[in-house]
Amino acid sequence: MDTDDRKQRYRKVAYYPGCALEGTGHAYNRSTKAVGKALGLELDEVPNWNCCGAMEVKNVDPKVQTYLSSRVMSIAANEMHADVVMAPCNGCYHNLKKAEYDLAHDAASRETVGAIAAKAGHAPYEAGQVETIHALDWIMHGVGEDELRKRVSNSLRGLKIANYYGCMYTRPRHIFPEKDQGPGSDSTSKPHFMDDLLEAAGAVNVDFPLKTACCGGAHTLSDSDLSTKLVLNILRAAEAAGADVIATECPTCHSGLEMHQVRAEKVLGEKTTVKMLYFTQLLGIALGLSPRQVGVHENVSDGREALEARGIA
Amino acid sequence: MPIHEKSLIRPENLRVHDKLVLDGIDVSGHWSTFVEPRVVTDYNERLQEEIAALPGGEHIHRCWQCGSCTNSCTVNAVNPDFNPRYWIYLIRMGMESELLRDKEIIWQCVSCNKCTYACPRDVFPEGVMKATAHWLELEGHTPQSKSSMFDAEFTEQVVATGKIEEGRIIRGFFKRSGQPLMQPWLIEMAKRLARHLPLKMGFLMGIAAVVRPRTRGWGRAKAALEDYIAGQERAQKSALGLGAPVAPAKGAVHAAPGAER
Repeated sequence: MDTDDRKQRYRKVAYYPGCALEGTGHAYNRSTKAVGKALGLELDEVPNWNCCGAMEVKNVDPKVQTYLSSRVMSIAANEMHADVVMAPCNGCYHNLKKAEYDLAHDAASRETVGAIAAKAGHAPYEAGQVETIHALDWIMHGVGEDELRKRVSNSLRGLKIANYYGCMYTRPRHIFPEKDQGPGSDSTSKPHFMDDLLEAAGAVNVDFPLKTACCGGAHTLSDSDLSTKLVLNILRAAEAAGADVIATECPTCHSGLEMHQVRAEKVLGEKTTVKMLYFTQLLGIALGLSPRQVGVHENVSDGREALEARGIA
Repeated sequence: MPIHEKSLIRPENLRVHDKLVLDGIDVSGHWSTFVEPRVVTDYNERLQEEIAALPGGEHIHRCWQCGSCTNSCTVNAVNPDFNPRYWIYLIRMGMESELLRDKEIIWQCVSCNKCTYACPRDVFPEGVMKATAHWLELEGHTPQSKSSMFDAEFTEQVVATGKIEEGRIIRGFFKRSGQPLMQPWLIEMAKRLARHLPLKMGFLMGIAAVVRPRTRGWGRAKAALEDYIAGQERAQKSALGLGAPVAPAKGAVHAAPGAER
């Protein structure tokens, strides 16, 4: 793919925030918009978007989830005439990619989704009409590390970061055909886009083995004991690696880590002190925005101390 | 044959003799551990077909038992009894009663898709776990799990309005599963959140709790989805020989184990 052409296409993208970014992930929404603005990237929100189905709807029926995700892409393609849909939430991003894959490869999915779309009164989504990307792709390919480095006005000054990507950004591999394509693409086994961007912003990435471990987000309330165990593993590993902060890129992971950090402390008496910040919050601060402008005060885990300790905020 | 990997065998099937002499040879101690022989007669020959008829289970027949799924499994790492490879084996063999011994934990799959990533045969073990948990509930072997209650609450809200509101999901789920909302750790969470939260944010969250967020023009999509979901439910029950008027009874093959249930 021609990189200049891609850079141009990512300058203005259809924005699909999703339900979590209007609720617990509000700080991610705010910081994504703020970073986009600071970097001269434009977001055009998909009108009348609906829930992608998250982790739950597929367990009732996978094709309902495919329809829900396809409706968002159909609006972006047929009403907005957009080429690119950007979803910062791993869940939304994953589900749109999954719908794209299923509609391209499975006739039964095409038939079911087409029938529901016809009854719902809108054009069905045809595979290939739009490209779905994550906020990481958007900044990595729309701006890039070199340009970002030039724009940093408040370096992260060696802040030690464990980058946590979670499950849905890399698995299963087959729905992400653009990954694992060598230099310039992200890896599904060892993702590095968040590492690269934060390093360009002045942070030091610690050697964190649980980048793509699972936080148990699917059962965060229905099997809390299991989720607490899984989260505690992640928090302990980040602390053992020497991290001040865990950088996140998914509202479900982020609130899962925050919730179960509190729960581990309250229920198991296991206290951990590492803080969670969205990677967009960290980038925003490096670009000279105040912690308030990127919603640091909206997080449960209070990252301000960690930033103040390094003289960043 | 001495049993080296005792951990893989149900403890009640192991027989150990402190002193054992066979044909004049002393085989006491390490050499005297044996597996109790047993005869399995209650095969459900349709088990694989039934799981394959449910969403996610379609590709179970591809499995060649390499164990990559169990090896990569998030839940297996915290609970060794959670063993996708073994359950797939049991389903393909039709060993329903053996499968039912683990019925209380199969729903715990966290959908991390490490198994899907590792599987060399594209079995989609994550989907098989969901199909199996679904089957257990449809057949009445287990009550609805908390996970299924959460999924149902979530899906109902999405179908009704096109969107979800997290507070409403949490309240709906706790009510549905009969749990108190005022859990100490949730209260602590709310306290920590309230400490720095700007007034405006708190105000907006209050509004969301009263006025449900909705997707504009969702009505026709709602009707279409409700139709489709109802049709799928009927088709699944019929595939399992449950409750559908035209479906044949469970069939001669299945009658014996069915009677025990």
